[in-house]
Amino acid sequence: MYRYDQYDQNLVDTRVEEFRDQVERRLSGALTEDQFKPLRLMNGLYLQLHAYMLRVAIPYGTLDGRQMHMLATIARKYDRGYGHFTTRQNLQYNWIKLDDAPDILADLATVEMHAIQTSGNCIRNISSDQFAGAAADEVTDPRPWAELLRQWSSFHPEFTYLPRKFKFAVIASDEDRAAMRLHDIGIQIVERDGSFGARIFAGGGMGRTPVIGKEIKDFVPVTNLLSYLEACIRVYNRHGRRDNMYKARIKILINALGVEEYVRQVEAEYAALDKQDIDPPLAEFERIAAYFAPPAFEADAPDTVDRSDPDFALWLDQNVGQHKQPGYAMATISLKPVGGIPGDASADQMDLMADLAERYSFDELRVTHAQNIVLPHVKKADLYALWQALNQAGLAEANLDLISDIIACPGLDYCSLANARSIPIAQKIAERFADAGRQRDLGELKLKISGCINACGHHHAGHIGILGVDRKGTENYQLLLGGSGAEDVSLAKITGPGFDEAGIVDAVETVTNVYLGAREQGERFVDTYRRVGMEPFKEALYG
Amino acid sequence: MADFLYFRDDEPHDEPAVTLDAFLGQSNAGAVRVESGEDVRDLLPHLDRLRLIEVSFPAYRDGRGYSTARILREAGYTGELRAEGDVLVDQIPLMRRCGFDSFAPAADIDRAALDRALTRYDNVYQSAADDRTPVWRLRHG
Ligand code: SF4
Repeated sequence: MYRYDQYDQNLVDTRVEEFRDQVERRLSGALTEDQFKPLRLMNGLYLQLHAYMLRVAIPYGTLDGRQMHMLATIARKYDRGYGHFTTRQNLQYNWIKLDDAPDILADLATVEMHAIQTSGNCIRNISSDQFAGAAADEVTDPRPWAELLRQWSSFHPEFTYLPRKFKFAVIASDEDRAAMRLHDIGIQIVERDGSFGARIFAGGGMGRTPVIGKEIKDFVPVTNLLSYLEACIRVYNRHGRRDNMYKARIKILINALGVEEYVRQVEAEYAALDKQDIDPPLAEFERIAAYFAPPAFEADAPDTVDRSDPDFALWLDQNVGQHKQPGYAMATISLKPVGGIPGDASADQMDLMADLAERYSFDELRVTHAQNIVLPHVKKADLYALWQALNQAGLAEANLDLISDIIACPGLDYCSLANARSIPIAQKIAERFADAGRQRDLGELKLKISGCINACGHHHAGHIGILGVDRKGTENYQLLLGGSGAEDVSLAKITGPGFDEAGIVDAVETVTNVYLGAREQGERFVDTYRRVGMEPFKEALYG
Repeated sequence: MADFLYFRDDEPHDEPAVTLDAFLGQSNAGAVRVESGEDVRDLLPHLDRLRLIEVSFPAYRDGRGYSTARILREAGYTGELRAEGDVLVDQIPLMRRCGFDSFAPAADIDRAALDRALTRYDNVYQSAADDRTPVWRLRHG
């Protein structure tokens, strides 16, 4: 994985010092809260219901054991011994004191980490495929491209006060594990005539107005990529709406202009920018890419696994994926135990995952946008030992992509914007479907919960989505069906009137029963829904 | 008037700036003011006649002026480029990178904090409208 050189380290250290200065000016009153707000947001510090929340960047979801240990240390030292992995592959601490924030950033900088641009109206942490560098189906590792974007977007002088936040995702396979087309700009690395380039989608996003990103360019070579993206964002910075924060994302601009007109403006801008010496030479990309060379796999590692322990076999079938290297596998550690808080990990669990990564996965971990952790390079011969260690720590839930592998936003328990609680709903649904055999029978079922219309819990992209709303002062939950954030991307539709807390759990069970009754051979929930349509589900819910 | 900050070697240009419409309508003015929603590209044919372009920042959150400045510098404008309005200490270093070289902030600036801000970063990741060398160039000589 990428390692900082003297320049990267200097920039991050300087940021810590800058933020310390800004916090001091805020505490002395030299900065008003209004003036300080965008500065702290640019360092990932939010004011929530009960305390400050600090969001730490985990660029493209990749980290090593040393970094994970540091996240655990910070959780113990400055928080309440927990951290929360997010749908942007980041980590949040929910109980932070403002005066501690500079020290936390200083601790992070010692392990090449930061909280730069994890919030604010700027280019946010770049997300990517959690299986990058390991998946059998990728054309190349997307992370060097993501790292190139990370450096370019950090402290970008022109794009720090955009109309609204701006999110990138980069993938390099046809299977989309990063909800690429639901980002402001989604990039798929593709191969053409023996070289790689970026296929670019723009204007996707969730939030109040979910939109699927549209293709705006079929191939941009790496040595033109940054100037092309500057053109894309400059058009947005100049013409995106600033009068209404709910209409300020690039998707609204592109819908208003029409994609052809947006592309025309981008191309005109690019024609001028291309001459400006914005793009680093190919040698810089190659320098970055060298850090992502495959680890030293054993050429003749055995490709078979002893399945004699039935509990292990269940986990193997559900949570372990095909690696490009024979004899190796990608193992997902579920952070969704039944009754737990989706995405939460204790400091002890973080330390354990770090130890296991060091021991079994070439010192690498990944955070997934579904709020789980991946050990990307595990020798098949080590899988059983790994599982035993996870199982002892309560981290061997075999529910990847099943109904209890729920994405949920923090909701009313933490978030000041929330209309309703998300976490207790996730817990109740997981408990209702606690029987592992029943979950496996239901098969792949992506359930996603947001506590308000801002959609941080990705409910539009859920096979089953749940949206918390406020109905005359009480929490109410709308049910949505048929969304997907994967390569079969689609937006979920509302079934009808919402439900109360108990009712929504029943409603989820009702729609799964409709599916079980109607499914044909090999169909997932979402496939059946697409075939039979909304009616039978509505009928069962309201009929 | 509050502080005026000037980073050029020549003398500040004190001709009053006319509006963009007025400038395009007549004009032999040497100074023009661009509001944040206006299209600065309309000025590009006339850059050689201009000695001062003032770009308004009605609120520090309104970042359109950063693109305005870069477009002007990319088009070859070398005259004074002034940021006026809600211009604050922590935004000025970014504005400098986008090509602004004078500042007329609506409120006084903490000079000590500004000096720290302007000299703080030894390195930058991008090439922009200033003459700073991005780290990718340092890495490859
Ligand atoms: S979806 Fe709403 S409630 Fe949930 S985290 Fe986002 S803003 Fe908060």
